[in-house]
Amino acid sequence: MHPAFSVIFLTTLIGAGQGLFLALFTGQFYSTVELVEPQPASFYAVGSALSLALLVGGLAASFFHLGRPERAWRAAAMWRTSWLSREVIVLPAMMGIVFLYGVFHWAGWTQPFIVLGEGTLPIDATFVLGMLGVLVTLALFVSTGMIYASVKFLQEWHSPYTIVNFIFLGTASGFMLAAAYSALLGNHLVGFFGTWAVIATLLGLGTRTASLMRNASIKHRSNLQTAIGIRHRGIVQKSQGFSADSFNTREFFHHQSPETLKLIRVMFMVLVFPLPIALVLLAYALASPTLPILAFVVQYIGLIAERWYFFAEAEHPQNLYYQQIS
Amino acid sequence: MTQLALVIDLNVCVGCHACVTSCKQWNTSGWAGPMVDENPYDANPTGTFFNRVQTYEVGSFPSTETVHFPKSCLHCEDPPCVPVCPTGASYKREDNGVVLVDYDKCIGCKYCSWACPYGVRELDEQQKVMKKCTLCIDRITDHTLPEAERKPACVIACPTNARLYGDVHDPDSEVSVAIRERGGYALMPEWGTNPANHYLPRQKTHMHVTEEDLQRSDNPLTKEDITVYQGEETMEDVTW
Ligand code: SF4
Ligand code: SF4
Repeated sequence: MHPAFSVIFLTTLIGAGQGLFLALFTGQFYSTVELVEPQPASFYAVGSALSLALLVGGLAASFFHLGRPERAWRAAAMWRTSWLSREVIVLPAMMGIVFLYGVFHWAGWTQPFIVLGEGTLPIDATFVLGMLGVLVTLALFVSTGMIYASVKFLQEWHSPYTIVNFIFLGTASGFMLAAAYSALLGNHLVGFFGTWAVIATLLGLGTRTASLMRNASIKHRSNLQTAIGIRHRGIVQKSQGFSADSFNTREFFHHQSPETLKLIRVMFMVLVFPLPIALVLLAYALASPTLPILAFVVQYIGLIAERWYFFAEAEHPQNLYYQQIS
Repeated sequence: MTQLALVIDLNVCVGCHACVTSCKQWNTSGWAGPMVDENPYDANPTGTFFNRVQTYEVGSFPSTETVHFPKSCLHCEDPPCVPVCPTGASYKREDNGVVLVDYDKCIGCKYCSWACPYGVRELDEQQKVMKKCTLCIDRITDHTLPEAERKPACVIACPTNARLYGDVHDPDSEVSVAIRERGGYALMPEWGTNPANHYLPRQKTHMHVTEEDLQRSDNPLTKEDITVYQGEETMEDVTW
């Protein structure tokens, strides 16, 4: 497939935004049960604003993918059958919840209205919003992943790995960002978020490596024989029916050499996994306020490469029909 | 239920592209507005077509065969392109099974083209909406046209009658009979899309010529020849 930067930015930006929200609420949960020190309201409010900004940025990027962005509102119609439609509904829902979560923290509407677990777990409005937000975040990860995973003849994508990779990689970059944000503020949560970021990155390393291995030995079900229905081993296309290019040659081919693909793969395998982990560990050892920021930036650049490769790697069966310009 | 479709006879298609040009002519002049053509007379011409004729070579020299292969939307009975459309712009008509795009609803997200394994949907680079074969829905449903013309433009244009058109759910239709009796098959059956369009395979005509075909076994002169002459016959005995 042709890797479109609109979709690359959409999926990586909202992934980081979702991960950041998960990080904020994880922080809130841990401080509610007094495992980490409590943070001021502004920490959550500004953090939510950052998460919201990433989600809005992703949404904005997605508009560049549409031929007719002015009609985008129509895309909510077919949620019964289309994962794309579901994403279009869940993304604004998530934005709304993140917005409310930030506003409630900012305004200080955090009086617990019920206390659970013998006085140890006070529940306030932000806690409820946070729980809802976690559910919506997961729903958004699943919707985004299923857009790709549900197309069964894009065999590289048609696997549960697609969804778990989106979840782990988005979560990793969100927690990295939370660590960077904490480092910038100079609070004591850097190590907490950093640890979770490393855990999510390692999980992502496991599932992404597994999906690379799966796809390296994938056996495509379609071939030229089934495409034109002639049972003969020696079939070559002599003409695809037109003398230059068309939508079919632009949208479904990456037009890059195998060497470029390999290079990008090596690049993201370094930038997304070992390098940010090393930077986080180093930051912890040196108590550096800037290295976590670098870790996030490095990993985000790596994720752009990772998403580029995700698209380029997928071999669409329609390509069988477009082999020979003449 | 009716399922309109094309049946393409690969045995007689000569790859003349008459269906391509007639399709473009009819559909670019219709109510949906023109189908884009960029640099039509320059290097790298590109544009939207509903139908393409491709050419394949099967086998290796000297025993090769050239196969011309027209390809357009197959109007699948279980079209994977329809449920993925977020706007409902892509739909399958209940009454005749034709898969269509509502150009007024389409947002040009291209998801349906990803979800079609056959590569027959093309985004119009000027109107920015998805386009594909409509089976000339504006001809075949137009009751002001005489019956004989209520057919897709490509079917009327084909000089070798390689394109048959009809209802594949009616067992007695020309297309159903052709599929049944001449080995009609579907493309990429592995995806369960159940294409309505079918292809008729190429068939080699082998002639078997026996000795009797060359020399009539009931040739009266031959019979005469095997008569054993004894010398006593007159001409009255051997001719009549
Ligand atoms: S051939 Fe492609 S576009 Fe046409 S109905 Fe089937 S899946 Fe949809
Ligand atoms: S490109 Fe148009 S027809 Fe295709 S899925 Fe998107 S909105 Fe639907």
